[in-house]
Amino acid sequence: MEALFAIAIGTLTSCAVYLLLRARTYPVLLGLTLLSYAVNLFLFASGRLVVASAPLTDQGIEHFPDPIPQALVLTAIVIGFGMTALLVVLALRAIRATGGDHVDGGER
Amino acid sequence: MNHLPIAPILLPLIAGSVLLLSTRWSATARHAFSLAAVVAQLVAALVLFMSVREGSVLVYALGGWAPPFGIVLVVDRLAATLLVLTGVVACTSLLYAAARESGAAAPRFQALFQFQLLGIQGAFLTGDLFNLFVFFEVLLIASYALLLHGLTPDRVKAALHVVVLNLIGSGLFLLGVALLYGVAGTLNFADLARVIPVLSGADAPLARTGALLLLVVFALKSALVPLGFWLPSAYGAAAAAVAALFAVLTKVGVYAVIRVYPLVFGPQAGDLANVAEAWLLPLALATMAFGALGVIAARSLRMVAGWIVLHSVGSLLVAVALFSAIGYAAAVYYTVHSTLASAALFLVADLIAGDRTTAGDRLDTADAMPHGTLLGALFFATAVTVSGLPPLSGFVGKILILQAAGGHKAVVLIWGSLLGAALVVIVALSRAGSAIFWRTAAPGAGASAERPGLAALAAPAALLGCVVALVAWGGSATAFAQAVGRDLADPAAYVDAVLGGEHPQPDDRRRLR
Repeated sequence: MEALFAIAIGTLTSCAVYLLLRARTYPVLLGLTLLSYAVNLFLFASGRLVVASAPLTDQGIEHFPDPIPQALVLTAIVIGFGMTALLVVLALRAIRATGGDHVDGGER
Repeated sequence: MNHLPIAPILLPLIAGSVLLLSTRWSATARHAFSLAAVVAQLVAALVLFMSVREGSVLVYALGGWAPPFGIVLVVDRLAATLLVLTGVVACTSLLYAAARESGAAAPRFQALFQFQLLGIQGAFLTGDLFNLFVFFEVLLIASYALLLHGLTPDRVKAALHVVVLNLIGSGLFLLGVALLYGVAGTLNFADLARVIPVLSGADAPLARTGALLLLVVFALKSALVPLGFWLPSAYGAAAAAVAALFAVLTKVGVYAVIRVYPLVFGPQAGDLANVAEAWLLPLALATMAFGALGVIAARSLRMVAGWIVLHSVGSLLVAVALFSAIGYAAAVYYTVHSTLASAALFLVADLIAGDRTTAGDRLDTADAMPHGTLLGALFFATAVTVSGLPPLSGFVGKILILQAAGGHKAVVLIWGSLLGAALVVIVALSRAGSAIFWRTAAPGAGASAERPGLAALAAPAALLGCVVALVAWGGSATAFAQAVGRDLADPAAYVDAVLGGEHPQPDDRRRLR
């Protein structure tokens, strides 16, 4: 499972880097979204991956997932969502203000 | 429990929320309310400053959950100093905004201003890495909106770059946080300071990766070369009062470096000791030199101010990169000085632009300014401060950095670039001043601009007054900076205050694995 997880994160990140290096706002936006997916998965994995265990602790239970990364990921998802929404609005504004979707403004 | 440490977070949160709902208030009422909230924050910061002045550390555990498992706010001398600095700059730039900027009357401006302060002050207070991330995001999202205020095309373009870069930075920040949490099992600064030194084997390289990823992020936030090219155009495009507040914003990145690296990855950190040292000094020197070149290449006074912010970030990170008590002391003094000075420069640049009806703040020949003498005197005082000439505080700050670098092995390089860059800045500022004030067309031909109001003049004058006070009480100011430097070089008091006397040792801590 660790290998599958790592490959998924790696694929997402490489797609994100490719899209971020495009000079148009919409691919950059998609790249940032993919990057935040990859980062959130990575953050989630920092509490170690466990299967078939209790969701929360109880007396006598030895193995249970670390709850802190889950809380961190929830916070990061909310913040990332807000930031992406802002960037969508900003990209639309930039098209109207500069007349194109190039990241340096205008049509190139 | 003393609840004062949370006041710098709660006050702007409440004030900002009220201001969001205040669409029916008049602009004057909004200004007055916002200004009152900022003054209250300054008072709270001053009270906190007085209570930690002797070196005690105030720890506020949110919800009463004890660290390292709960969230803590920590006020030490460094945090309190920066809180007071933020309060001063916020008061003056808000005063200036109320007096000069029509955009400041827009219903959302004051609320965004408060949320910006919430993020900045939260970042100074927080005691763990994840909340540092959260407060970074709060201050960034407010700064994007403030930067966009007015929606001119160059502001939209600058904001787009800033937003994309900072979103990538946030991603890297989370990667670094995840790596450190994965190996250390904690994110509390004080707890990390205990766990990191005993890491070994496969954990140490992972933690090193995390530490250097965080350095990349802090370098981006504090605009270190090669990650700082977004800064001059963004700050140069922003409205003056916003740019003045942004002078504090880059210092948040610098604060993160000063807070995290000496404490967590200091000389005591075992395999990870001084992990940032090899990178920070060359990059800081490059930033300083590059900033000076930018100052001389800039075509308008606002861009000059933007590049000066970059230059001063480089200078003060040089002091941090020495990783010694006197280096930190110089950095603290220089942070206070350079924030006040560059905020004043942004305000003066805007006053000058308002007085030159045709040329604005461009460094071109234009009609003589109607109020050239008054603004010229203000510009002169600001330029002397910014460029580090005696007798104002820039000179003292530069001397402190030079002294701190005295025993370093790269002393020739540091002294050479610091003095060379300072000379270039002096040349650039005198060229800008003579272009604006002396190389004029027919005197008084376009004399139609109104005299700037008293409040608008009072704002930069107050900032310069603080700079003068930094020199007039220079003895106590440097003594205090040295005390802060000693705190940072020997973080045992901070760690003990946060974790209390008795706490589980890293080895027998019950790790959730």
